[in-house]
Amino acid sequence: MRPTVHLLSEELIERIVAEARDLLCTLGVEIHNPGVLELLHGHGARIDAAAQRAFFTPDIIDRSLESAPHGFKLYDSLGQEAVDLSGDRTNYTPGSAAITILDHGADRSRRPAAADYVRYAKLMCGLPNLASQSTAFIPQDVPEKIQDSYRLYLSLGFCEKPVVTGCFTVEAFELMKDLQLAVRGSAEALAARPLTIFSCCPTAPIKWSDVTSQNVVDCARFGIPVEYISMPLSGFMAPVTMVGSLIQHTAETLSGVAISQLTRPGTPVLYGGSPAVFDVRYETTPMGDIGTMMIDCAYNEIGKSLGLPTQAYIGLSDAKLLDAQAGFESAAGALLAALSGINNCSGSGMLDFESCFSLEKLVLDNEICGSALHLLRGITPKEDFPARARFEEMLAEGHLLISAHTRRHLRQEHYLPGPVIDRANKSRWAEEGGKTLGERARAEVERLVAAHRPVRLDSGVKQQLTRLMNAAALRAGIDRLPVSI
Amino acid sequence: MDLLTRLSESLQGGDADQVAELTRQALAAGLAPKPILDQGLIAGMTVVGDRFKAHEIFLPDVLLAAKAMYAGLDLLRPLLAKAGVATGGRVVIGTVRGDLHDIGKNLVAIMLRGAGLEVIDLGKDVAPERFVAAAQEHGAQVIGMSALLTTTMPVMRQVVDLCRERGLYGKVKLIVGGAPLSAEYAREIGADAYCFDGVNAVDVVKRYLGTA
Ligand code: B1M
Repeated sequence: MRPTVHLLSEELIERIVAEARDLLCTLGVEIHNPGVLELLHGHGARIDAAAQRAFFTPDIIDRSLESAPHGFKLYDSLGQEAVDLSGDRTNYTPGSAAITILDHGADRSRRPAAADYVRYAKLMCGLPNLASQSTAFIPQDVPEKIQDSYRLYLSLGFCEKPVVTGCFTVEAFELMKDLQLAVRGSAEALAARPLTIFSCCPTAPIKWSDVTSQNVVDCARFGIPVEYISMPLSGFMAPVTMVGSLIQHTAETLSGVAISQLTRPGTPVLYGGSPAVFDVRYETTPMGDIGTMMIDCAYNEIGKSLGLPTQAYIGLSDAKLLDAQAGFESAAGALLAALSGINNCSGSGMLDFESCFSLEKLVLDNEICGSALHLLRGITPKEDFPARARFEEMLAEGHLLISAHTRRHLRQEHYLPGPVIDRANKSRWAEEGGKTLGERARAEVERLVAAHRPVRLDSGVKQQLTRLMNAAALRAGIDRLPVSI
Repeated sequence: MDLLTRLSESLQGGDADQVAELTRQALAAGLAPKPILDQGLIAGMTVVGDRFKAHEIFLPDVLLAAKAMYAGLDLLRPLLAKAGVATGGRVVIGTVRGDLHDIGKNLVAIMLRGAGLEVIDLGKDVAPERFVAAAQEHGAQVIGMSALLTTTMPVMRQVVDLCRERGLYGKVKLIVGGAPLSAEYAREIGADAYCFDGVNAVDVVKRYLGTA
């Protein structure tokens, strides 16, 4: 039996969805993109051009939900299946697009550089509980114009896992798409075996900017999966109640599904988000708040009821350092997400309201995610009935350490975390240096980075990636990238 | 309890109707607009600000009080202008070009207005030229820039440089804020101050205007 958490009744889900649909049709969606307004108009939406508003029809919503796939898979850069985003399968991926990086032992974060990104991508190869990588932070030693695409280039160059990413501008899409085409060889191959997911954000309340709605359209044209990151901020840019925020989230996300599906029916999408309760004392959007996590888990139920795979920014923390708050908030989120069945959970490695990335935290989070995935395997009998023989064996041998039953099942039944989780008795812990969590995580980062093996992409593909990136760098005004693959 | 203390307390409670009524009564009783402003409205907002910082009340209480303050201030403004009393400063604010994040900027604008300042909000995705032209047009004392993306914060430097070009640098204070910003970055680009949140922005602007 898969352990599960439910927060909404079926009846409540129906009411929330009905209300959201009504908002889309009667209040409409503000869309700052003439092309997208035109697209919707072509499918029967009434448009108020002056107000840049589209009034959806029930038919648009129904048809979009019909054509959206119930799940999809991601494939690594070698074309192997890597992530299954369907049913109630839960996967974890690092948080995305942090502004700063926190070094081990530092009390302040700093701006990251390309060399940091390479260490991150190498580390990602060694973390088995994070099924995909993300473009986790922004190297700031290249011109702004290529900061988003350069992350993808480095990710593809140093780690084979599929990538959760996104553009900061409309223009960046072209290069980020070409990098993927270089890996897969053709647009058909890319659509058949998606390599990335692009995050595209509606704006609260129920709006789409020119940039992000265009990103949705561009991704759909190439069958590149999209996750809609709706961010109702409860009590500020969304109603203060959970239900009110969920209605807004549903409307914003459904509008995204429609833009994708009308552009290209069948485009893979994730019913995602990064909502937060708004902290009225500090003017902040806490990701580690229990209410934030409740909204995440609840909209996951709504997405599933609509037949869509889901995503959430969950399992991350607002702490500034790798401290107990960081562990508590990340673990609470990762566990709740698993119990809810969120398909892709973005957040590992992240601190400070999605602003700061820590490689040491990534190593810790890999263990948190591993524990959560273990929980999901649930409890099932394995040669346990009848029980008598096992107990006779124990009585005869005095223990079961070397029993065939133990050896057969040990690795599935017990989750054995890596060295970052301290399991030594106190004397041994002291003897081995009395290391803090941060020190253990640091050592693990170094070990895994050193163990990195080159990505097995064809050298021709690597050269093509570098050619594309170099050309973009030249256009952005530099003749040499800080790191090439 | 005297009238101005009652005015201050109604403001703290966010009762706009009561604030307007007591302001009218104070004027009818022959009090000058300046003491009504200082000992009634501003005194009330100061208490609200202090209690917010102490976590005794929350942002919605502050904004409600600010709204109530305007119910009184709107009555006083013409009289203050006639008496030649300045009612605060003018701030031009916006999110820089290429950046669509405006929640933080909006909140800062609300809080600056709440503190009695006139705010010209240019919105988001604002070109450097527009910041400078608006500051000149409105005779603003402060230009406030917000950025949430590492890729857009360099636009702030362009605004600073343009202010230099147009002879505004040093005359108009330049403040910056947003998640990727820092005091060091503000220094690096030649801005006058980095503000980490709305309350901080109000403090900084008031200091510049000499009304803190
Ligand atoms: C003038 O004087 C001053 C003084 C003080 C000032 C000031 C000016 N400005 C701010 N302050 C200060 O006072 C305010 C009040 O306390 C504070 O303002 P804040 O804005 O910090 O605080 C607000 C009250 C609440 N906070 C916020 O509103 C920002 C929260 C986060 C989660 C966020 C949001 C909400 C949004 N986003 Co975006 N977003 C993130 C943010 C994560 C983060 N850690 O900040 C960030 C900034 N976003 C990011 C990204 C990547 C993006 N976002 C995008 C879009 C959006 C939404 C539309 C969904 C939404 C914005 C809605 C809106 N109308 O603003 C896209 C941007 C497109 C573009 N060209 O702008 C997109 C590119 C995503 C995509 N691929 O579509 C990341 C930036 C990465 C980087 N390294 O630069 C990000 C850190 C999240 C992440 N890790 O991915 C202070 O900073």
